[in-house]
Amino acid sequence: MGGGAAYENDLNFKATELRLGLPGTGCTNEEQAVSGAKNNKRPLLETREERGSKGKSDPQHDDQETDPAPKARIVGWPPIRSYRKNSLQPKKAEAEAAAGMYVKVSMDGAPYLRKIDLKVYKGYPELLKALENMFKLTIGEYSEREGYKGSEYAPTYEDKEGDWMLVGDVPWDMFLTSCKKLRIMKGSEARGLGCGV
Amino acid sequence: MITNKKPRSSDTDSIYMRDDRTEMSEDDDRSPSPNSITDDSSQTRTYTTGSGPGPGPGSSSVLEYLPPCPDQVLENVLENVLWFLTSRKDRNAASLVCRSWYRVEALTRSDLFIGNCYAVSPKRATSRFTRIRSVTLKGRPRFADFNLMPPNWGAHLAPWVSAMALTYPWLEKVHLKRMSVTDDDLALLAESFSGFKELVLVCCDGFGTSGLAIVASRCRQLKVLDLIESEVSDDDVDWISYFPDTGTCLESLIFDCVECPIDFDALERLVANSPSLKKLRLNRHVSMGQLHRLMVQAPRLTHLGTGSFSPSEDVAQGEQGPDYVSAFAACKSIVCLSGFREIIPDYLPAINPVCANLTSLNFSYANVSAEHLKPIISNCHKLQIFWVLDSICDEGLQAVAATCKELRELRVFPFEAREDIEGPVSEVGLQAVSEGCRKLQSILYFCQRMTNAAVVAMSKNCPDLVVFRLCIMGRHRPDHVTGEPMDEGFGAIVMNCKKLTRLAVSGLLTDRAFAYIGKYGKIVRTLSVAFAGDSDMGLKYVLEGCPRLQKLEIRDSPFGDAALLSGLHHYYNMRFLWMSACNLSNQGCQQIAQALPRLVVEVIKHEDNLDMDENVDTLYMYRSLEGPRDDVPRFVSIL
Repeated sequence: MGGGAAYENDLNFKATELRLGLPGTGCTNEEQAVSGAKNNKRPLLETREERGSKGKSDPQHDDQETDPAPKARIVGWPPIRSYRKNSLQPKKAEAEAAAGMYVKVSMDGAPYLRKIDLKVYKGYPELLKALENMFKLTIGEYSEREGYKGSEYAPTYEDKEGDWMLVGDVPWDMFLTSCKKLRIMKGSEARGLGCGV
Repeated sequence: MITNKKPRSSDTDSIYMRDDRTEMSEDDDRSPSPNSITDDSSQTRTYTTGSGPGPGPGSSSVLEYLPPCPDQVLENVLENVLWFLTSRKDRNAASLVCRSWYRVEALTRSDLFIGNCYAVSPKRATSRFTRIRSVTLKGRPRFADFNLMPPNWGAHLAPWVSAMALTYPWLEKVHLKRMSVTDDDLALLAESFSGFKELVLVCCDGFGTSGLAIVASRCRQLKVLDLIESEVSDDDVDWISYFPDTGTCLESLIFDCVECPIDFDALERLVANSPSLKKLRLNRHVSMGQLHRLMVQAPRLTHLGTGSFSPSEDVAQGEQGPDYVSAFAACKSIVCLSGFREIIPDYLPAINPVCANLTSLNFSYANVSAEHLKPIISNCHKLQIFWVLDSICDEGLQAVAATCKELRELRVFPFEAREDIEGPVSEVGLQAVSEGCRKLQSILYFCQRMTNAAVVAMSKNCPDLVVFRLCIMGRHRPDHVTGEPMDEGFGAIVMNCKKLTRLAVSGLLTDRAFAYIGKYGKIVRTLSVAFAGDSDMGLKYVLEGCPRLQKLEIRDSPFGDAALLSGLHHYYNMRFLWMSACNLSNQGCQQIAQALPRLVVEVIKHEDNLDMDENVDTLYMYRSLEGPRDDVPRFVSIL
């Protein structure tokens, strides 16, 4: 699961987006509809066309089945649970998992930590939103000078050199390569990081 | 004489019915009366029956003693009698006799079964039934398992566990299927129920090893922790080590679906500390060598899931390994074997000592050939349940048919779940099984090609069939010998198998197949349809002909609004109807919603198609006492 269940929301992210990436590295939030569900993208248009006007089976239909090129798969057919499908090819599933960028996330005061796949997020706003949902808190808005105002929590991360930095201080891509683990700090410690970084 | 109170006819009871295969048809055909959907919570009682936990025949009021009047004596008697009534069907019938029977039944019911978590609210259920010990909840519809529904649709445990935490302090068992469960839910569960004994999670998701750790450490009376085909996230928590070191009452620990590695030393200690352990199903991170050590610790196991069934990588080739055969020989009680997740077939003969006693064998994750299977299966005379991959081919199925005369349930899964390949099993295997396994009750068979003749043969050879699910993986595939639709085969099944309650159809099917189902499928409760039928008539036949139909799931079939409307008389008697990629329009669904106010009509849009056009991607509708749910995600509209 990777903790990447980004929940639906009605905020216009585009308008309130905190852009910290390098120019030109933006994306639309619509693409990030439900994170962690990338493998759920379905060739739906395909099913409609294949269904034909009234679903009558006819020679044209059958021809599609003998199409020698590997067919684009119909969603959910044959009806085998993905768990079972993946289990029969465990090496493949593991390879896919390895391609992710998993980091541990801990929060001061929370009894357990999580793991998330950073690759799943396109930028800081999605990541912060996911963290808010995961730990049921508000992190507030980032500002370069003051860190995260309006909340007693601040998301921080440990970088390759072992320093604790405030999430958002560096461009997103740089963050991806340097972040080793995340920690949501609480209270004065958080404020201490906010200024003077 | 029980006073002549007006009977409360209520279709609320059907919501609480279990659809156990072993029980008779569950639904009642009464049409709902508007007055019946009210709570009885305002009833006052002057006679308080025993308020402590546990059934108490003869336990009487402790707060006030009033000389009992005749009604109350009878109520006391009734209560004592009703404690022994366990069947849901009987209980629901009893609750309809009159108000006082309704009340007493509610007090004495200990198992709560909710087939659709949205059919009734936690508050309503916990208000009516106050002394529940065991709760079964089912959430998402089955087609959600095949990615036909976007994630985060719903079926959250949270509101249920919150309500139960308040009203069922003595709760012992929670059994969930297709629910979204979070670590917080598990934490609340572990904290709220001091006598908690059994947690069974089937096809659930949303939680991780953190949640499991909390359950392991807090639930000191835990006997059963069964995780079956659930998705468990890896929170880097060694949950096995959270079980108490001093010993556990564990009888069953099933975690074969947990994909994260576990600390073997902790597991070994746990097994050593759990003298009552009878069922242990390991995940694929447990190697054969480790399995051996565990088996030595727990020779009294009855159910064993063997984990990977291959040696760990650091065992040198040709090195003398542990004596697996002896380990299996020492486990004289094993009746159920599963696992074999990464099997090295050379090791398979190690299980020979237990084959003669096996009643259940699950090879459905083991890529095993007919040649490997035959020497094993030839000893399994008592086998009743067999799950296997089609890698055993028709030849392997013939071997099963030759030996397993007691077989009740067979499931043949595809090793490669594709449409465009030759396929190793066919009508040959099906025919053989039908001739050899005459007591067959349940079959799930994936194949690439099939003939009507073989299906007809099975309908005649296996009269005890209750569940017939045939999945011809190529869509719209006809009988590959005659070129005809598969209508006659399925027709024979509904005609000849008089006990059939669950049917899944596939292959090339015309409306005729549905006419057969409507005509002969009088006790069919669950029907799955995919890529089948010609016109609205197909669905109409079924809706008009099958009075016991409870669960109907249809995808990619040419059924439209007219067909949908033909079922108006029946939808209140059903648990749900699912129709995706059919020919439904918003208008048609709207008509249903208006005609049937107690039906929740959900139209689910797929994420990449959120613009409102007239076509309905997916319709999921179900009866409910609560009206539209309040946790609807953006891609769902309730009409």
